[in-house]
Amino acid sequence: MAVATRPPRGRPQRRWGPAFRRNLTAYGFLSGALICFAFFSWYPMLRGFVLSLQHNNFVDPPEWVGLDNYRTVLADPVFQTAWVNTLVYTLLALLCGYVVPFVVALVLNELRHARGYLRFVVYLPVMLPPAVAVLLFKWFYDPGPGLFNQVLGLVGLPGLSWLDSSSTALISLVLVSTWMNLGTGTLIYLAALQSVPGELYEAAELDGAGFFRRIWHVTVPQTRLILLVMLLLQVIATMQVFIEPYLLTGGGPEDATMSVVYLMYQYAFVYDDFGAGSALGVMLMLVLMVFSAAYLRFSRDDPQERS
Amino acid sequence: MRSRQAAALLTVAALALSGSACGVKSSKKDDPAVSGAAAAAAEPLDPNTKVTISVGCQPPKTAKEFRADWDADVQAFQAKYPNITIDSKDAFPCIVPETFQAKLAGGQMEDVYYVYYTDAQSIIANKQAADITDYAAGVQNVKDVNPLFLQTLKDAEGRLYGLPRKAYTMGLVYNRKLFSAAGLNPDSPPNTWAEVRDAAKKISALGDGVVGYGEYSAANTGGWHFTSLLYGQGGSVTSADGKTAAFNSPEARTVLQNLKDMRWADDSMGTKQGHRWEDLMRLLGSGKLGMMVGAPDVVTEAFNNFGAKSDDLGTTSLPEAKSSLLGGDGYMINPKASPDQIKAAILWLSFHELTVGEGQFNHARNKASGRPVGIPENILWGDNASGTKEKELRQQYATVPPGNFAAYEQGSATIPPKTEPPQAQAVYAVLDTVMSAVLTREDADIDDLLAEAEKKVNAILARTK
Repeated sequence: MAVATRPPRGRPQRRWGPAFRRNLTAYGFLSGALICFAFFSWYPMLRGFVLSLQHNNFVDPPEWVGLDNYRTVLADPVFQTAWVNTLVYTLLALLCGYVVPFVVALVLNELRHARGYLRFVVYLPVMLPPAVAVLLFKWFYDPGPGLFNQVLGLVGLPGLSWLDSSSTALISLVLVSTWMNLGTGTLIYLAALQSVPGELYEAAELDGAGFFRRIWHVTVPQTRLILLVMLLLQVIATMQVFIEPYLLTGGGPEDATMSVVYLMYQYAFVYDDFGAGSALGVMLMLVLMVFSAAYLRFSRDDPQERS
Repeated sequence: MRSRQAAALLTVAALALSGSACGVKSSKKDDPAVSGAAAAAAEPLDPNTKVTISVGCQPPKTAKEFRADWDADVQAFQAKYPNITIDSKDAFPCIVPETFQAKLAGGQMEDVYYVYYTDAQSIIANKQAADITDYAAGVQNVKDVNPLFLQTLKDAEGRLYGLPRKAYTMGLVYNRKLFSAAGLNPDSPPNTWAEVRDAAKKISALGDGVVGYGEYSAANTGGWHFTSLLYGQGGSVTSADGKTAAFNSPEARTVLQNLKDMRWADDSMGTKQGHRWEDLMRLLGSGKLGMMVGAPDVVTEAFNNFGAKSDDLGTTSLPEAKSSLLGGDGYMINPKASPDQIKAAILWLSFHELTVGEGQFNHARNKASGRPVGIPENILWGDNASGTKEKELRQQYATVPPGNFAAYEQGSATIPPKTEPPQAQAVYAVLDTVMSAVLTREDADIDDLLAEAEKKVNAILARTK
């Protein structure tokens, strides 16, 4: 009896030990990633949150100021402008940057000749450093000798102000961004398209489906997962637009290209107010987290499909 | 009775507390500890004390001659003060806003670091610079500097937090070659804005991408130049106490209307706008810009880094100016520096930046290195003995025609300098939008723009601690 009621000493160890040893290599690989994430993602996020509650001159001990930094940012008249600009930019960038690479990938997938060459050409802009690509467009947009106005002039159209007008500046940034990121999107979609079994298209053709119906009923459902993930990633990336306004417009004209991240940069590095900059960063992070969670919740397969 | 006693005790305690509070507030000078510290600060550095200071803004390796001159100066200084070691920190540009706070946070900031005047007040407000008032009080080279140029480096109570390297007031930089090509007399530059408009029209009529008059409107430079133009008209960006915006004024309307007319009625400012600092420098360097607001140091910069021919450029004083924006740069000292390091830093700055004939004012060496000499780009001294001596040396070793800058030197001497507004960078960012609106929108309503900007600037000033 006494033997029977004896607590099973060492039992968990016996279970844990072999399992741990068996997965030791995996834990080794995982620890590298975890350490990198901890140092370069999680700690900065935590530090950003702490900074958003402090006044810190990096010389004296930081002063806790509660939600003062958040109040400062919310009271800034440019705050609302920056959010509206960012949302409009995201919408436009999705219209161009989400649809165009998918269409280009469809076309490339259908081609029988010069496929390698065309894929190289489409991917080429990605190989340029972003700063170089953006500055290249700065020359293209020049209202005098710039390429775009020269082309418009050749076909008898008047030149545009591109970056110099508050009505065209934001869309000009979208064009740069679309051009820069076209290659990556196209490559991912192309890989997804090539994983679609050819028999499905053959069956659809036998059923009398034309080109567009094949895309709608075969391609889109088969690549749905990739499309959904890409949409989420693109929203997260475009909401953080910075380099284009930083290099091309300085947020102008008349704050027409002031984005949330550019405003954050101004707070931190121009006004030397890291607290307010961090507060804005925390707000953006929360918005993106809520959006991502909602998106994942609503884009999830229905329970029947899951089972 | 008990309550009366308690009230009496409370009153005595309150009086004692208020007395001690007053004592703390008013006795900084009288406090033996404080005055003792001031006296210690005024003492010269003990020659037996070994001190090392890191100093920023050493020219980069790519600028071989500038770097060799710097290193030679360091050697000469260390020979004079064998107990001090200068640890030069290579940097180009001398200040990178993105790394400033990070360097402070990570303890990597130099003991002696470079600053623009524009940033000095926010650095002082953030307590990121050491108070050097007592250390610099007895230094003759500092006493020689025109007190107006130390103003930017002081707080509201007159305490000093840095030493200047360069000081200038705004004028009008112009391309003499384009003036001649447009049939204008380069020896008689514009004195009024009506003359500027007229000259800009004639110069832009030359075609081939030539811009008559260029102006900034992005990356805070638009607000900076708006301030220059506004000061010239006699206006102010903020009230005297710095607590409210004061630019919604007739002077600002005159400035903006003039720019609007040049941009849209005369079409003499080019179609491309949104210029930031380097854009106009490039235009000036390529010989395509007729005129811009700027100090004579713009000519040196355009020559050193943007391929300009210094003989082609000239500077005159700001047209019709009632006052002129004071600009420049200097050095501040890390608040974590020890008293001995501060003493060593002041000795170095006095030697390298504030001694006529030495360091940056070694005009004989500048001429030998092929740099433009003769440009009145640094008016630190004013008219005192040091200023006169510097001017003599500058003319003695001149490599550019001094006549190209005579109008600036004569005219600007009578125009009072005016310091930048509080929260300068944040205010300039708001004023950028006003400038960019006028230069990019023909239907821009100046009254609306000023009213909107006034609200924004008042909000910035209201939250200033």
